[in-house]
Amino acid sequence: MNQNLYLPPWVLWLFGVLFVGFVAYGIVSVRRSNGIKRSFFASPYTVWMVLFTLLPCVLIAYYAFTDPTGAFTLDNFRNFWDSNYSVNKIYEQMGPDYAVLVQRGTVNIGTLVYSLWMALLCTVICLAIGYPTAYFMADRQLKLGSTLVVLFVIPMWMNFLLRTVAWMTLLEDQGLINTLLKALGLPAAQLMYNNGAVLLGMVYNFLPFMIFPIYTALTKMDNNLLEAAQDLGANRLNTFWRVTAPLSVPGVISGITMVFMPSVTTFFIPRILGGGNTMMFGDLIENRFLTEGNWNVGSALSLIMMVLILISLSILRKADPEGEGSGIV
Amino acid sequence: MKHIGKKAYLGLILLFLYTPIVVLIMQSFNAGKSRAKWEGFSFRWYTALFQDQAIMKALYVTLTVAVIAAIAATVLGTLAAIGIQAMRKRPQAVMMTMTNLPMTMPDIVTGISLMILFTFTKIERGYMTMLLAHITFNTPYVILSVMPKLKQMNKFTYEAALDLGASPSYALLHVILPEITPGVVTGCLLAFTLSLDDFVISYFTTSPMVQNLSTLIYSKARIGIEPTLNALSALMFLSLLILLLIVNRRAGKTTRL
Repeated sequence: MNQNLYLPPWVLWLFGVLFVGFVAYGIVSVRRSNGIKRSFFASPYTVWMVLFTLLPCVLIAYYAFTDPTGAFTLDNFRNFWDSNYSVNKIYEQMGPDYAVLVQRGTVNIGTLVYSLWMALLCTVICLAIGYPTAYFMADRQLKLGSTLVVLFVIPMWMNFLLRTVAWMTLLEDQGLINTLLKALGLPAAQLMYNNGAVLLGMVYNFLPFMIFPIYTALTKMDNNLLEAAQDLGANRLNTFWRVTAPLSVPGVISGITMVFMPSVTTFFIPRILGGGNTMMFGDLIENRFLTEGNWNVGSALSLIMMVLILISLSILRKADPEGEGSGIV
Repeated sequence: MKHIGKKAYLGLILLFLYTPIVVLIMQSFNAGKSRAKWEGFSFRWYTALFQDQAIMKALYVTLTVAVIAAIAATVLGTLAAIGIQAMRKRPQAVMMTMTNLPMTMPDIVTGISLMILFTFTKIERGYMTMLLAHITFNTPYVILSVMPKLKQMNKFTYEAALDLGASPSYALLHVILPEITPGVVTGCLLAFTLSLDDFVISYFTTSPMVQNLSTLIYSKARIGIEPTLNALSALMFLSLLILLLIVNRRAGKTTRL
């Protein structure tokens, strides 16, 4: 499909020269009387990252800005705004009679807006459910101990695909919930293959990522501050709003990052629980690459998504400059 | 009794988190094939599981990739962390940005960019490419778990060892390594579990001929899951639980990640 797919020989030469230089540098460094510098230990990693992280990113950028023949073009980005772009161009060339047929394709923009909306909903729900959870978990008066924390971690360590598939058995037409409804004499409900099911799957998968950063921020908090606030006459509500809430902001920011980012790009949850009725941005990218084999448009979409994520990350970093909230990996 | 409401709330959240898992495990013991009806207790699906060639092959791929990728990432990442720690401020900042980049990149972009790389360089996708991809996304996590340990140790012990006549490799093995071992082990276990759990990156970097468990589950989930997969997930859950308990004990002994 793609004429310009393979590495030109000069790139291979460049890699060869780099590799030889790298080995030579190593030998020379070892030969020196004072031994090798410690920073030299990082060089295999540097080479690895250049090959497997930076180079692939450069390739995505290359495909995003070229057409299938390898010539520079911005059409892939115009295609993002108007997915009928190539067809429309033909209509326009055919003359004014065909101008009626020109219609902007909104698939890409529509999917992006839908993904952002779903991710936002998911983040808000996770925050609404997760904040109280983290707050109660960190509540020392409850004397819950670390066992409870472990209980919240365990589901996260199960294959997330399996967890999503497990919801399928609960939600499907002949599934557990509907069987239960029938046993109670209630009408069965269509629970799968709609936005609600996708949202449920997302909240289920990402909720722990909201709970743990907030929990970490809350446990780090100095308890004396709360006592001081109460000694100074603040009631419990005031103590929460003026002391606890501001101190937990880094955790909340981190939680929002860790829920929102993967939510926007998820593509297996809508596939499994949405049954193809819903499409998210991750689906769209996968579709362009694997179903249509259109690498140029797919790369442009990936690039747009990466830029969006870097922008939102830098906004969130501004709210938490020290990155204190990064409590969990 | 005062806190009953709070405890009930936490219980409710745990119920939400555990219901699908419990249902899945229970179904794996169901004698019948129906998902909704209980037809008696049996180990039928567990015996069927070990006779299923596709699942056994996927299990083999998953485990070997996870083990090799974890070890390779640990070696690469530990050396890198030691090197980065010794760098001056500027290059150090560049290296840390490069380490954080793949962690902020969405999985799907990482997967696709690697797929492009492999097609571009005419490397056929399969076991090796999946392994390379796993090492790539694991290494930054190892670095980030080794880094804090390096920051804690005395800066000059390595130089002291060199002054006393140790070769760099000797100093590395006998001076630095013992001090950072907890971080290295945590990083290795983290890399192993991440690799075990990965779906998106594997999906893009392997061919349909070489599947790991995640991609196998994905391809089957669209047709309809078989009870053998329930049995498999129950087993995987149990083994991850054991691994988690080990990690947790380690984390309790040393400092948390």
